[in-house]
Amino acid sequence: MERLNYCVRRVLQIIPVLFVISVVIFFLMRFIGGDPAVMVLGDKATSEAIAAFHQRAGLDDPLPIQYVRYMRDILHGDLGTSLSVRRPVAELVAARFPVTVKLTVLSAFLSILISLPLGYLAGKYKDRPADQGIRALALVFIAMPSFWVGLLLMMLFGVRLGWLPAGGWDSTNFWTQCKSLLLPALTHSLSLIALLMRDLRNSVVDISRMDYVDFARSKGIPESEVKGRHIFRNALISYVTLLSIRIAYMLGGSVITESVFALPGIGKLMIDSIFGRDYAVVQSLVLIFAAMVMVINLLTDILYSFLDPRVSYHE
Amino acid sequence: MENRNVLLEVKDLKTYFVGRHETVKAVNGVSFTLYEGDSFGLVGESGCGKSQTLRSILGLLKQPGRIVGGQILFRGQDLVGMSPRQMREIRGAQIAQIFQEPMTALNPVLPIRKQIYEAFERDGLSKAEREAKSVEMMKLVGIPEPEKRLGEYPHQFSGGMRQRAMIAIALAEHPALLLADEPTTALDVTIQDQILTLIEQLKGEMGMSLIMVTHNLGVIAQMCNRVAVMYAGRIVEMTDTVTLFSKPRHPYTKALMNSIPNGKQDQLETISGTPPNLSMEIVGCPFAPRCKYAEGECFTTLPELREIEAGHLTRCHRFDVVERFAGLIPVEEVVHG
Repeated sequence: MERLNYCVRRVLQIIPVLFVISVVIFFLMRFIGGDPAVMVLGDKATSEAIAAFHQRAGLDDPLPIQYVRYMRDILHGDLGTSLSVRRPVAELVAARFPVTVKLTVLSAFLSILISLPLGYLAGKYKDRPADQGIRALALVFIAMPSFWVGLLLMMLFGVRLGWLPAGGWDSTNFWTQCKSLLLPALTHSLSLIALLMRDLRNSVVDISRMDYVDFARSKGIPESEVKGRHIFRNALISYVTLLSIRIAYMLGGSVITESVFALPGIGKLMIDSIFGRDYAVVQSLVLIFAAMVMVINLLTDILYSFLDPRVSYHE
Repeated sequence: MENRNVLLEVKDLKTYFVGRHETVKAVNGVSFTLYEGDSFGLVGESGCGKSQTLRSILGLLKQPGRIVGGQILFRGQDLVGMSPRQMREIRGAQIAQIFQEPMTALNPVLPIRKQIYEAFERDGLSKAEREAKSVEMMKLVGIPEPEKRLGEYPHQFSGGMRQRAMIAIALAEHPALLLADEPTTALDVTIQDQILTLIEQLKGEMGMSLIMVTHNLGVIAQMCNRVAVMYAGRIVEMTDTVTLFSKPRHPYTKALMNSIPNGKQDQLETISGTPPNLSMEIVGCPFAPRCKYAEGECFTTLPELREIEAGHLTRCHRFDVVERFAGLIPVEEVVHG
């Protein structure tokens, strides 16, 4: 019951935040300059054509009126129409979103697959060569910019070896999709791997020193259970929290990874729409992204309370 | 006394913390014998090696600590160098340990039920049997509503109840020996007394022996019949409790006694200086720099731990000088002081 109350309150808190964000992004887009009509029609468009475009898109109206119209549409479930391709924004997002979701899922999967065993090993063999190696690896992963890693991977596996496509999106079936996503996901996950490895390592080191681990051991249970039930399980608490927050951000799409690998995802759509001054698309994407981050943060908090019974909902 | 059975014999135990740059000799040749039914106290200030001596027994040393020499004979079996499998048979079933801070000694994210079930794991009991035994243990240590509280987490328990829960878990398999590492230090004074009384009562009921590590001489006076005073990784004095309080023969013991308030002093005595750095080579008696009786050979030769009276051992060149100043406090006053 307490948990339900808390969730309802948190969901209600999302509404004012989204309102503020909608105002900020609406005016920000209009103040950065540039004219959508010029972007769509080109430099050589006649002033009549541009005026007609403005008229049709309602860009001549005063800004507050435009904002009210935009909000009214949103509240009716209409995200608006793209100025550049003249299709409903919802349709554009729906077409792009699955790619970003798949990229995120694969990135998260790779991150867990690599960081979980390595982070645990580093913690278990603290200060020994394995730990030092893994910590150095984490440092390298964090230091390498992802556009550069992306290009290197592309050159090696895509061009030199030819094992995987060097970019683009082949949606034919599950396997072609996986192949298209493998290199971007790897690029995408490197810094997350480093972050998660370090977090898990430190948790394992800290928890191994706790008295409750020795107390568990003093009961005569097998070492595997001491490690699994007491050290590893408790170390997962902060690991899972960190991971789920990062997943929220990854769902917003990665401009860099998606651009380098020419993936038609949300990040690519966002950057193209900003350059094209496609107001409706940018506004909707920002709102969707904000809502997603807040919902996932809420889910993380709820998940956290299951992992750690000490967390309570009294405020 | 000597015809009773020996339960545990620690012989020349050396536990070092071997780092890359320095080695800390936390326990440096400790020997003592525990008879069945005894309550043995290990007392000394922080860092004297008393806790590490205790942790060595069950092999629960923190990294990078390890036993580098000596024997720990439990019913004639050497625990040092035992395989992990053999050690598991001893842990919990024969020797159990309780810790100082029950908040950190219980896993915060597991309900008490799971933590007490672990103690019964080797018995292959059914769920109903485990539950029944858990409830019985919780009742035994005086936790009300045990069925309900088994499902709760450590943070839902008060400090005293947590310590009771830890005792219930430790004693679940009715061990022959309980190792208690400052079990009451983290508790309020009134709760301290309850817990000590509980330990004493359970010890009697279960026929256990006890090794109690503490820095609190009052606890020793209340709980133990024999006691060893440790300083800088070594035992400096060992005798029965009454003798220790009435006739301390080591200057360090005597100084500790004088630092307990007894209502008769105008000012409490302190021991000036600090204990030596155990990673350095110590020449002479380690207590000499802080000792008001120290002279000549105290600074050059490490005194032997020698038996000066039947059952009374002290590690001091000048114990005969110390004696003349000793004999101050009856045990009762320390207990109730």
